[in-house]
Amino acid sequence: MKLTLKIWRQENAAAKGGIQSYPIDGIEGDMSFLEMLDVLNEQLISKGDDPVVFDHDCREGICGSCSLQINGEPHGPDRLITTCQLHMRMFKDGDTITIEPFRAAAFPVIKDLMVDRTAFDRIQQAGGYISVNTSGNTIDANAIPVNKEDADESFNAATCIGCGACVAACKNASAMLFTAAKVSQFALLPQGKVEAATRVLNMVEQMDKEGFGNCTNTGACEVECPKGISLENIARMNREYLSASLKG
Amino acid sequence: MTSSSIARKFAMALSGLFLVLFLGQHFTINLTSVIAPDTFNNWSHFMGTNFLVQAVLQPVLIFGVVFHFIMGFILELQNRRARNVGYASYKGSANASWASRNMIISGLVILAFLVLHFIDFWIPELNIKYLQGDMSGLLESGGGYRYHEELVHKFESHLRVIAYVIAFVLLAIHLWHGFASSFQSVGFNNKYSKGLTSFAKVYAIVIPVGFIFIALYHHINHLIH
Ligand code: HEM
Ligand code: SF4
Ligand code: FES
Repeated sequence: MKLTLKIWRQENAAAKGGIQSYPIDGIEGDMSFLEMLDVLNEQLISKGDDPVVFDHDCREGICGSCSLQINGEPHGPDRLITTCQLHMRMFKDGDTITIEPFRAAAFPVIKDLMVDRTAFDRIQQAGGYISVNTSGNTIDANAIPVNKEDADESFNAATCIGCGACVAACKNASAMLFTAAKVSQFALLPQGKVEAATRVLNMVEQMDKEGFGNCTNTGACEVECPKGISLENIARMNREYLSASLKG
Repeated sequence: MTSSSIARKFAMALSGLFLVLFLGQHFTINLTSVIAPDTFNNWSHFMGTNFLVQAVLQPVLIFGVVFHFIMGFILELQNRRARNVGYASYKGSANASWASRNMIISGLVILAFLVLHFIDFWIPELNIKYLQGDMSGLLESGGGYRYHEELVHKFESHLRVIAYVIAFVLLAIHLWHGFASSFQSVGFNNKYSKGLTSFAKVYAIVIPVGFIFIALYHHINHLIH
């Protein structure tokens, strides 16, 4: 199929960027969106032009690297998938596709479509762990029984791949769904309860410090999340946060 | 704690819930203006002259309203700043309702309405009661309390009725998202959430439609007579 791509090009964080148009031909429905961009980049390189920079790694929906706001939605029009899992058959011959970086003050553009998502790493480092000494002291994973519903909910929260689609989709660029998933995966387990109060306080403090917006509960994040992380996690984080601050 | 995003939303939710409660009370009294004018007069006189209502509840209400819209502005400003470069293409309708994405617009219309409402009812009340010092609540012409007659008189104007109807439609939209959203903000999520959300959605429609009914009732009544 024949497409027109409107792609955000920006030399570096300081440069002023803009949208540029690229016609492209010979795209097959079975290609992934990233393969389509590979085709474009090969053409650009053979012409001696600068290829479009975008993030990617696993190309199977598990690493969270690939990003892209495609026609106004993170990871494009399909649901519960990442951009590397988006098939070109979702588009029609003759379509114009607008491709932009994930937009948030906390996610500055590095180049073209690649943004700096280390704000998520810093939120994680503020408390997204449990303190156990594992060197020479490995504990059997099944030594502490966990009830099935809690284990399942914790596991669901833990499937968050830190892609940032929730932030990109949110009209407020809020990182509540990501942070809530990371808080919940520990808060639901006995191993995580020990540090639960300091964890939620510190992670929320870091989230605010990074300059993400406030949550308006629009639910856009949940709809766009490739892993289907539920809004219930945000309610849980609010609860954990409020009770932790009351405890002082 | 007040400096965190979650605390701000908690405060927003509490002030919103408080206003929702007040709205229900206001509606109940107004409804009596249609079904039992005497009851309406008695209640209005009680609310307008009772010390506890005037000296405690009224200031709390004013604080609640002012706090709510100022916090609304603060959140809106911060949220805009959090996306300093906008999208060329942003499909908000693909993943969230119009009501949830435009709380500031519905809120601003409500605020404009409140200004009109204060000029209509509150300022004349203050004038009569505290400047002219007439606490009797009686008609100058004699013949009982003045409240019902004043209310009926206000709804004679087409323009006022149109403005009220528009404001209540936007109030319904504001509450359609806001009332249920406040449960999430306070961290409430359990087996009762579904039922409570349904209640909030029904409330968001029924109360504003009820207010519209009252305004239209008095207006049409005037047209007929
Ligand atoms: C006076 C003008 C008003 C303005 C400017 C205003 C503004 C706002 C804004 C911007 C929000 C969204 C905050 C956010 O989640 O980011 C909001 C939420 C809300 N508003 Fe209002 N509002 C007004 C009046 C009212 C009234 C009269 C009521 C109730 C009768 C009300 C009830 C609520 C509720 C329940 C919420 C939800 C809080 C939450 O999501 O936790 N508002 N308001
Ligand atoms: S919550 Fe979902 S959208 Fe947000 S970072 Fe995690 S996987 Fe991505
Ligand atoms: S490249 Fe790893 S999730 Fe898409």
